[in-house]
Amino acid sequence: MVKTLRFLFFLLIVRPLVLIVLGLNVRRRQQLPSQGPAVIIANHNSHLDTMVLISLLPLRLLPKLRPVAAMDYFLSNPLLAWFATNIIGIIPLQRKVKGSRNDPLAGIIEALDHEEILILFPEGSRGKPEQLGRFKTGIAHIAQRRPEVQFVPVYMHGLGMALPKGEALLVPFFCDVFVGSALLWSGDRNSFMQSVNRQITDLASEGSFPSWE
Amino acid sequence: MLGNISLSVTWALAGVYTLLLFSTLLVTILRYRSGKDYQELGSRINSWWVMVVIFTFAIAVSPTISIIFLAFISFLAFKEFLSMIPTRRADRRVIFWAFIAIPIQFYWAAVGWYGLFIIFIPVYMFLLIPARMVLAGETEGFLKAAGTLHWGLMTTVFSLSHAAYLLALPNDINVAGGAGLLFFLVFLTQFNDVAQYTWGKLFGKHPVVPKVSPKKTQQGLAGGLVTTLFAAWLIAPYLTPLSHQQALMARLLIGLGGFLGDVVISAIKRDIGVKDSGSLIPGHGGIMDRVDSLTFTAPLFFHFIYYLHY
Repeated sequence: MVKTLRFLFFLLIVRPLVLIVLGLNVRRRQQLPSQGPAVIIANHNSHLDTMVLISLLPLRLLPKLRPVAAMDYFLSNPLLAWFATNIIGIIPLQRKVKGSRNDPLAGIIEALDHEEILILFPEGSRGKPEQLGRFKTGIAHIAQRRPEVQFVPVYMHGLGMALPKGEALLVPFFCDVFVGSALLWSGDRNSFMQSVNRQITDLASEGSFPSWE
Repeated sequence: MLGNISLSVTWALAGVYTLLLFSTLLVTILRYRSGKDYQELGSRINSWWVMVVIFTFAIAVSPTISIIFLAFISFLAFKEFLSMIPTRRADRRVIFWAFIAIPIQFYWAAVGWYGLFIIFIPVYMFLLIPARMVLAGETEGFLKAAGTLHWGLMTTVFSLSHAAYLLALPNDINVAGGAGLLFFLVFLTQFNDVAQYTWGKLFGKHPVVPKVSPKKTQQGLAGGLVTTLFAAWLIAPYLTPLSHQQALMARLLIGLGGFLGDVVISAIKRDIGVKDSGSLIPGHGGIMDRVDSLTFTAPLFFHFIYYLHY
């Protein structure tokens, strides 16, 4: 029942919104993962980021798609928690892990072992609209523990204009989506993070975007 | 399904499909003969097929569907324009209201309320945009933002909505109805683009406006005019209330207007530093790259025919 609701929500609401109201310019769509386990890592500016990334993959993969989202934000009230868990299908992640005894990545590792495709925003929050923040090293820990899993970097532009943090009114703008090539665990956290950061800045400099202040 | 269009429009559409078939055949033969793949030309023609089929449905089902279709094209073009130009964060809500103007403007066209249709964007939106911007309070870049926003509305919404108003003109004057007028305008505008492009590729030497668009040549412009001259003269009496002579004048307006619309949008893209306005239509670029000529020809043709016959 909930699975059907989730399917209908993405088919009838999210896809028309993303594909018609917003509109996507996608480069190298074929580099997106076609099966799990895999992790899509993307820059984060808007709640729409997750919707766009989910709409990029075929609907038959929907049951396998799991966005990783901040537990403190999405599980803050029961209604949002129900929606985030059942309809969006999030894996809740504790952002502050200092002093915590249990494994913060357990949910993510388990999902990868079930051959799911995760959507992860390593900047950690939506940040300032249309500005690229630093990618945090959590992804390196995941890569280290599951070295066979592919990490596909994606850069998105325009969604921070369409629906920035703190705004509820959606204004249509075209969204550019640049897909990078898949990365594997390099054997070392620093070099892994370096190649991730290099790819994402390369992707970001691929487009010539008008200023937005 | 084809209940909405007259016999002459059906024949005209059949003519377009024949042209498309002919060009597809030509590219196939070229490929076979030369061994090259003519990728750009091929994807251009494929996109034409898609656009012509969509256009056929849009004009054949009902005038309401045609107007919704044109409003949607307007929406895409305006969105593309906004995604291309620099905008201010403070203007998000102003831009939202500018989007709301699209259905309203096309509603005036649909019900044939000429008075509001002709002043809504030039007067009311012109006043509303800066008024709403003042409420947001950001003064830096104010004039530029107000100017670009209104310019975008004028080209992508006000101008293009003239094509929709053709469908609301009374049918008794014209046997082919609004669909005939719309076909005449869109066909001549697009056919003229293709003819200019083709003549320019084959014989183009002297650019008309070298600083804006080195590929638009005098030879292309002249070739385009001559090619479509005969077509216009021939089809006008079947699709429009224009006489043969008037058709030639309308034709001249569309040919020159189309050229100007094209280079004006090119100048803006050059100003911003982009090559194509988007990537919605394979081989063509964005939607603005396809309707740029129409932003000039639609109001010019509309007012020409409105003055003479309605």
